[in-house]
Amino acid sequence: MKLRGNIKDYLFEKTTALFALGVLTLTLLLFGLLVRESLPAIRKIGASFATNTTWDPVLEEFGALPFLYGTVVSSFLAILIALPLGVGAAIFINEFAPEWLKTPISFLAELLAAIPSVIYGLWGIFVLVPILRDYFMKPASRVLGWIPLFQGPVYGPSMLAAGVLLSIMILPFILSVSREVLATVPRVQKEAVLSLGGTHWEMIRIVIGQHCIPGIFGATILGLGRALGETMAVTMVIGNRPDIVLSLFQPGYSMAAVIANEFTEATGDLYLSALVEIGLVLFLLTIVVNFAAKLILKRFTPAESKRTGR
Amino acid sequence: MENAIEVKTLSAWFGDHQVLKDITMGIRRNSVTSVMGPSGCGKSTFIRCLNRMHELTPGFRTAGEVLFDGRNVLSEEVDPVLLRRKVGMVFQQPNPFPRMSVYDNVAVGLRLNGRRKSRGEIADVVEKSLRMAALWEEVKDHLDQMGSSLSGGQQQRLCIARALAVEPEVLLMDEPCSALDPVSTSKIEDLIEDLSEKYTIVVVTHNMQQAARISDSVAFFLLGELIEMDKSAKMFTNPSDKRTEEYITGRFG
Amino acid sequence: MKSVAYRRKATDRIMKALFLLSAFLVILPLFLIFSDLLWKGAKELKWSLLTDLPRPVGEPGGGIANGILGTLTVAGLAMAGGIPLAVLSGIYLAEYGKGAFASVVRFAVDLLAGVPSIIMGIFGYVLWVLPMKRFSALAGASALAMIFLPIVVRTTEEMLKTVPVPVREAALALGIERWKTTLFITVRTASAGIVTGILLAMARIVGETAPLLFTALGNQFWQTGLDQPIAAVPLQVFTYAISPYDDWHDKAWAGAVVLILLVLVLSIGARLLVRTRR
Repeated sequence: MKLRGNIKDYLFEKTTALFALGVLTLTLLLFGLLVRESLPAIRKIGASFATNTTWDPVLEEFGALPFLYGTVVSSFLAILIALPLGVGAAIFINEFAPEWLKTPISFLAELLAAIPSVIYGLWGIFVLVPILRDYFMKPASRVLGWIPLFQGPVYGPSMLAAGVLLSIMILPFILSVSREVLATVPRVQKEAVLSLGGTHWEMIRIVIGQHCIPGIFGATILGLGRALGETMAVTMVIGNRPDIVLSLFQPGYSMAAVIANEFTEATGDLYLSALVEIGLVLFLLTIVVNFAAKLILKRFTPAESKRTGR
Repeated sequence: MENAIEVKTLSAWFGDHQVLKDITMGIRRNSVTSVMGPSGCGKSTFIRCLNRMHELTPGFRTAGEVLFDGRNVLSEEVDPVLLRRKVGMVFQQPNPFPRMSVYDNVAVGLRLNGRRKSRGEIADVVEKSLRMAALWEEVKDHLDQMGSSLSGGQQQRLCIARALAVEPEVLLMDEPCSALDPVSTSKIEDLIEDLSEKYTIVVVTHNMQQAARISDSVAFFLLGELIEMDKSAKMFTNPSDKRTEEYITGRFG
Repeated sequence: MKSVAYRRKATDRIMKALFLLSAFLVILPLFLIFSDLLWKGAKELKWSLLTDLPRPVGEPGGGIANGILGTLTVAGLAMAGGIPLAVLSGIYLAEYGKGAFASVVRFAVDLLAGVPSIIMGIFGYVLWVLPMKRFSALAGASALAMIFLPIVVRTTEEMLKTVPVPVREAALALGIERWKTTLFITVRTASAGIVTGILLAMARIVGETAPLLFTALGNQFWQTGLDQPIAAVPLQVFTYAISPYDDWHDKAWAGAVVLILLVLVLSIGARLLVRTRR
């Protein structure tokens, strides 16, 4: 726009620009404060932060590996469960569901996404964990307890519980992005397979399989980003024990959970700084993952901008 | 002055591409001037220069002069905002403001132009404008219904009323009827004739019969050039330029 | 020949059944959670829940009234700062945002949108709790505001971009100044969508617990000042849930019902706003 000469227009534009600058400043401030408060820990603890498996604030030993491990394992477990279910449900809604069913199901899935994390955690503690423990973990432990993945005494709160709960929480995102990705498949290609005598499933496998893998991969990474940062639900069912064990039936810990639990009790500046450093790592990790998801999705869906992050 | 607007060697470029070439013409006061020609001849571009709406397009440049009220309105010293209050525009697709009532649509130009008018004065202007646009009788009992709930022809008359409410001297109309049905079109053509008693009207049209029906003068554009301009009767019965004759007899366009 | 066709058909049916099962499994938790909420929350769901202050363990009765007020206070504070900041930034990005600066701002907004909410709690802590040497509603509000911001900036920009160009042209052609066109025509046209975005963001921050854990901290009593710790319903649900007392567990469920109702009213209200063309 080449309109000039009007002071008021200029002032209005510059005022809105100022507010936009404010948003940018806050973002930089966030990053800056995280770095500033982590520096003492970074300097004092150094690289052992990422390699030490012992987290003992009393002895001032701060190895954050258990939390990294727990975050990654619980999130991947969540993806493992949520991906097939989410994609399967998306295929059902887009390809098989009658028209009148589509809107209600989407609405219900959106509703799942709106439930606060603490309510998931509440339900996790009193409903999910007991059910998992009594109907799956205890019997499985009796039969398969010799396998490292299922070893150890079963208390209830565990990596498995966290993974299952997380999977429920990220399902709506995987569902909606998958649906968008599925919708980009050109109708002609689908009809071509069907007219050649292929069954519906074969059409899905061939056409959608070819077209949608990258987009679904992007949806997965997106769900991963969401799962990595989940705090309340995880800390309420994961058991909060900073150990690295292979067994899914054992309690674990995550980066977000340890910050939530120990921040107010952190005595000593190094302790607090170590916790902030964990926060910084989590911050950077989710940024990288979300950025990767956006890159992948940008090339394969039209309306990705509404989806990333939450 | 006989001419409301004098155009002197107006040229325009869109990037490197020249879209108007040395247009020189006069637009008579209180008359209807039609601008006609085949698609892409520059007629819409031309009238958008007259109220400086071309400035909304980045990369657009002009040279030459457009004289209105004794001044070259293309110069930087003239405020386009003030110009547009005197030279109004009606667009091809009716575009009433969404989410605003009929009343608000007509009144908003007055309210936001900073002229302090009381509620009573605004109501008067709204009624007057709607009457002039031949819409008053149809909407007077439902002034608070949504502007978008009117039919296409009514919406366009609403847009005309909206433009008239700010009391312009000139009204530019860019193919005002091309999105409308024949009945609405003829209503608006009658309207244009009535309005020309008080306003200078420039109408872009690709419909030759319409140009013949409503205008006093007609300008024929081809590939960015003004080929010929004359009284309507003469243009259609005995044009001077061969290209005009070919266009009128339908050999192209 | 026949067996191949039979196998293909069988595979087709099995896969269809699996897809149906997936859809069912996706929706199932929703019904389970809602029915549990109603069933388990019913016990403590009385009017006193909404009007009374919490009582110590063992004493019957008590409620989450301070939490309800606290939630509204902290969310209200967050929005008081967040709405102008976010909406005006959204206006900038939609109307003037074509250069490098705008791209950087958009990148920052996208970045913020993906940050886990607990990190925003750290932000609030470092910014307010450390210098003030106490927990406060202000700290909690600033943490929530950082979650609120990116959502509203995005939805505002999106909604403004949906306003068609002819609407703006019509306003400019009337001789309305550019800034007035933006504010009184474009923003007005998109206003329902912008308000929807704000309500949805509000529904989000009202349910957040993690950012409040070490900023607002929680409070057993009524709010005494914005520079004091303040109660919030999600915090109370959390505290009651992880406690070892059964009657507090019941209160946790009841509190969860109140919380989900608040979130639902805001979410559904937001969507209804878009449906009704005024």
